[in-house]
Amino acid sequence: MRHDAVLAETIGIRGANDDQIEAYTARPLDGGSRGGVIVVHHMPGYDRESKETVRRLATEGYNAICPNLYSREAPGADPSDAAATARANGGVPDARFVGDAAGAARWLRSLPTANGKVGVIGFCSGGRQSFLAALEVDVQAAVDCYGAFVVGEPPDGFPLQVVPLADRVGELRAPLLGLFGNEDSHPSPAQVDELEKLLREEGKTYEIHRYDDAGHSFFSVDRPAYRPAAAVDGWERIAAFYATHLGD
Amino acid sequence: MCTYSTEKIDTAGSSGKGADGWFPLRTATVYYDHPVHAPDDHTVNIDFLNPERGPGARVAVELSLDTAKALLKALEITVERAAHH
Repeated sequence: MRHDAVLAETIGIRGANDDQIEAYTARPLDGGSRGGVIVVHHMPGYDRESKETVRRLATEGYNAICPNLYSREAPGADPSDAAATARANGGVPDARFVGDAAGAARWLRSLPTANGKVGVIGFCSGGRQSFLAALEVDVQAAVDCYGAFVVGEPPDGFPLQVVPLADRVGELRAPLLGLFGNEDSHPSPAQVDELEKLLREEGKTYEIHRYDDAGHSFFSVDRPAYRPAAAVDGWERIAAFYATHLGD
Repeated sequence: MCTYSTEKIDTAGSSGKGADGWFPLRTATVYYDHPVHAPDDHTVNIDFLNPERGPGARVAVELSLDTAKALLKALEITVERAAHH
């Protein structure tokens, strides 16, 4: 029988400005050499579902970690209270996110089982931040699940700290896997087309998959938006993508 | 989607009751995004906050769109009546 024990726990890591921040990690206990994955939680917070994704990636053979991007605003707070505080403060500044993601990558590479390769994955707002990590952080594979405002301008009067990243596609440092629903409006199918065009023109390594009968948040098993066909195929794509780029 | 879209208002002169009892409110954010608890993809969410007292000083609601519309109407009627009080 295969040894499949996984350790999941909350830890402290060093993030942007060398601040200590909270993070949730899960990693296989069967030794060996393996890649790591940074899970970027969505704007509603460092929540149960984000932690479930961390554990899932560990069961698939990766050291996984989700930094709590709201550690500073709300240390130790209930995740939904922390998300509310962060939103009222204007969201997470990009530079701080990048520092926290870099800290998570350093932590993953410090593990005795690390093979030195690190991936990143994010959903919704975390999809854009996953893309941002692939611009700024030493990662070998990035997954963007329906992240808005990689392409497309936020509306006028927008109160949060979000800028589009389309003009920086040329700086992408890692292969990108993008998973999108054709019924989504943020990002819209036209914006996904624009992203693919930019990636192609810049000669980047990428895979974009679009799903019919799926809108935003189709991976969310606890919401009406869940679309089993898209989610099952999407997880298979993620597994294959990471096996290619994070394996030994 | 994580709409990001957020309206923010001052709530001077108002109070709310949270897990630790009543407290003065300082601000409120209103946004349409994924709920934590309500059974839908998106809801109209309102957080009444007092940042000086920490993240837990929060009165939160996640309203279905129908509930939000009904609340809006009720507020309009009530505010109109209050103006003539």
